[in-house]
Amino acid sequence: MGYPHPRHPRETPVLSEHFGDPAARTLAGWKARGGYQALEQALAMDPVAVQNVVKDSGLRGRGGAGFPAGIKWSFMKPDGKPHYLCCNGDESEPGTFKDREIMRWTPHALVEGVATAMHAIYAETGYIYIRGEFTEPLEAVTAAVREAYAAGILGANAMGTGRRLDIHVHKGAGAYICGEETALMNSLEGKRGNPRIKPPFPAVAGLFGKPTTINNVETLTAAAHVVRRGAEWYKAMGRPDNPKSTGTKLFSVCGNVARPGNYEVTLGFPFKDFLWELCGGAPDGRRIKAVIPGGSSVPILTAEECEAVFMDYEGMAAAGTLLGSGGVIVFDDTADMPRQIARLARFYAHESCAQCSQCREGTAWTTRILERICRGEGSFEDLDTLLEIGEQMSGKTICVLSDSCATPVASGLRKFRHEFEAKIGRKQGKAFVPSAYPTGLTPAAAGSAP
Amino acid sequence: MTAPASPAAPASPPPPPSTVRLTIEGIPVEVPPGTSILEAAKQAGVLVPHYCYHPGLPVAGVCRMCLVDVEKFPKLAPACATAVADGQVVHVHNEKAKKAREGVLEFLLINHPLDCPICDQAGECELQDYTFQEGRADSRYREPKRFNPVEDFGGDVLYVPNRCILCTRCVRFMSDVAQDPVLNVSERGDRAFIGKAEGHDLTHAWAGNVVDLCPVGALLSKDFLNKARAWELDRSASVCTGCSQGCNVVLETRDNVVVRVKPRSNTAVNQYYACETGRLHYRWMNRRDRLEVPLVRGEAGVPMPAAWEQAIAAAARTLAAAPRLVVLASAGLSNEALYLLSRIRGPGGEGVFRVETGPEAPLAGAPDLALRADRAPNGRGAELMGFARHDQPLAALQAGDTLLVADHDLAGLDLAALDRAGEIVVIGTTLPGELVSRVAVALPTCNVAEEEGTFTNLRGRVQRFLQAKAAPGEARPTWSVLGDVAEAMGRGRAPMLPADVFAALAGDHPAFGGLTYAGLGLRGLPVLDAAPAGGTS
Repeated sequence: MGYPHPRHPRETPVLSEHFGDPAARTLAGWKARGGYQALEQALAMDPVAVQNVVKDSGLRGRGGAGFPAGIKWSFMKPDGKPHYLCCNGDESEPGTFKDREIMRWTPHALVEGVATAMHAIYAETGYIYIRGEFTEPLEAVTAAVREAYAAGILGANAMGTGRRLDIHVHKGAGAYICGEETALMNSLEGKRGNPRIKPPFPAVAGLFGKPTTINNVETLTAAAHVVRRGAEWYKAMGRPDNPKSTGTKLFSVCGNVARPGNYEVTLGFPFKDFLWELCGGAPDGRRIKAVIPGGSSVPILTAEECEAVFMDYEGMAAAGTLLGSGGVIVFDDTADMPRQIARLARFYAHESCAQCSQCREGTAWTTRILERICRGEGSFEDLDTLLEIGEQMSGKTICVLSDSCATPVASGLRKFRHEFEAKIGRKQGKAFVPSAYPTGLTPAAAGSAP
Repeated sequence: MTAPASPAAPASPPPPPSTVRLTIEGIPVEVPPGTSILEAAKQAGVLVPHYCYHPGLPVAGVCRMCLVDVEKFPKLAPACATAVADGQVVHVHNEKAKKAREGVLEFLLINHPLDCPICDQAGECELQDYTFQEGRADSRYREPKRFNPVEDFGGDVLYVPNRCILCTRCVRFMSDVAQDPVLNVSERGDRAFIGKAEGHDLTHAWAGNVVDLCPVGALLSKDFLNKARAWELDRSASVCTGCSQGCNVVLETRDNVVVRVKPRSNTAVNQYYACETGRLHYRWMNRRDRLEVPLVRGEAGVPMPAAWEQAIAAAARTLAAAPRLVVLASAGLSNEALYLLSRIRGPGGEGVFRVETGPEAPLAGAPDLALRADRAPNGRGAELMGFARHDQPLAALQAGDTLLVADHDLAGLDLAALDRAGEIVVIGTTLPGELVSRVAVALPTCNVAEEEGTFTNLRGRVQRFLQAKAAPGEARPTWSVLGDVAEAMGRGRAPMLPADVFAALAGDHPAFGGLTYAGLGLRGLPVLDAAPAGGTS
């Protein structure tokens, strides 16, 4: 069973092998566990060869988008410009906490992955951007970088190869949006963490306007394993009939589930076995009602829909949802879906960077309608309005935060409409009367007046 | 800066101008590569509705109003941030794009107070215009609206956050053009508002432009606050008289009173901007203590009202009889007036002027644009017409000289020198109190808002200004009065129109050769030897 539970036999521990083992945190401990062999190997290779190994392995972005990592690296050509690598450790997606464990327990694995990738993309400088609330991972990674410098693994003469590899650890300031790749770059540059318009893409003009590759913590950590153990080894893991998703993936499981935690399974693992066998299903003999399989931004699945799903990029897409970041949120039959969805929407309304009109206003409006429905003051038209707002919020903004808010709302509303209607129907005798024009007070503030 | 390319310049043949051809709303257009779809659409005569885009500012792409449907694109594309490509087919007004704009408008309005009846921007508000054009007739918003109190941003600017659509034009202007990053977007989500750096105010010399840039009524001019409704205003193209930069402006009048000065775009002079000094430099145009009728000294030595013919004859007589004529001409007079004054002055006379000066205030992000030290619009023109600039121009006066004061302010001059003057003639908008007992003839003229003409800015650009309001009393245009006086003195025929004066001027002054009044248009043209005026800036 996934960390912090005893490991389940059906797990495939690659990244999570040393979770819970404090000895793996130190440089000596990490080296004793085979650490820095990948980097040594990579530094002896041509960067293009490193790119090709990762390309052949089929490793795809683990942050949510699933873009092939090797192909992303191959965009970086030796053009004489300074190149940068950004490691996205701003893991803020509700329900996702896999990168946190990687950074906490195996910080050297990350440093190794980052350094390997820096070599592959001709970069001398890398930044590890760690979510501000992650104090323990920040300490662990900072200590690991310091150790690596002291041991000559990083620095002007990395591992004695004459190659310069500098890694800076940066602490985020608490914004979800800074996990968006271009917002992260703005944040690193000291600007407000607003996503940038693309194009230009980071590979052309990223951090400080220079070619930049940005990868998720899990992707970079996995890349080091790929380099050390070869593309064939990595490719062999996965569903035999789906060569597009290879390797292992960490899934963070939370919510109404018997054994929440991080589980590492090969891609293509049956979701049904995962939920009921590995995670133990809903606690206390209750039934699972719904699952958000890939972090709060993806469409919700009902329990029935989960049964035939394979846990890989294609399998999730076939079920009308996304693998996303691998944050599995489980709701059992006691969950009040409208309230849960309202809570999710509230998160996005709080985190919208306020650039795009649709997102700034739409996330807040969605939240207010949902919260009003939960107060029992909703109307049936509200449900149609919600879907239409969601439509207007999708595919029209600079980044996908707006879509991320609309998606769970729309799917939740379609799949659990009866729960919304029940909340509205209960109050049908008392029609909702719009409050007077700007009162200047939120309902909460008005209510708290003495 | 505008000198024609010298043939001696090394001949580096530019690559053949490659262009991109695309179709926007069925209209084929050809534009240079790299042009945005929005700018290309302008060339096709199609306005893509937008808020955050402004040609003078870096592209933000945040309002999402300019989303257009580009064939073969999976999603709608922001026209401001999408470069044209060969063979692109762009739809601005199809169902998909219109539906998206309707959505943006609804989002922008949910927290908007809809207080157009008391909003200064009403009538010139892009939110109002586009909502009328393609917004929903009703709102589906049933929740309480967000509320933030009005904030005084300092300077001339008031911020009404409830009306703000967060297009960030003001933020980008202050950070990228004024390069004084006082404004920012504070907070996130729908709590966001335009914030001001702690302890700083919008006191930058060019900060007032944020009011013009604001597409809605969120940033207001305190000077114009509640003064007029946009639809009551008459607008005339003019040139700012605040300094020698010659910013193109619009004079806005209501009931014959100038109530506001706004910049008029001219990329060769002032881009899209006007400074605070220029914006607030209009009250004098409405002053009430004007010289309204011609005055001729009567028997008791007191100036008495007279008919125009009689007054012009008297002025001509006095000036013609001068042993030596000193013309004290204002640097705020038009080229035409100064030219006619130079005729009246004759070869034996002397022409002098003085220019008020003040600290220079450049707009960092715009080329060659500043509030100039010379706080008069036509010092360059006066010099080209043979007038000499002096700190104490009256020092030129010798005993017995006749003095012609042409709308020149006497403040700051050594008035004791007036005692040396023989006769004094005033042609101007006011009769200075010091001269009432001395003046032989005083002829009332129009001020810059009441007549038309041209100014020459410090870089030698000749620019026209138009009449914005009616003159008080019997005041006549300066060029007309001076033309009549010159004719009465036997120095050329009186012109019928300011264009006639300009034609004569261009004939007499080689620097103006080739320029015609009509040819100047409303953007102006440089005089031939328009080398940067050294040291006068």
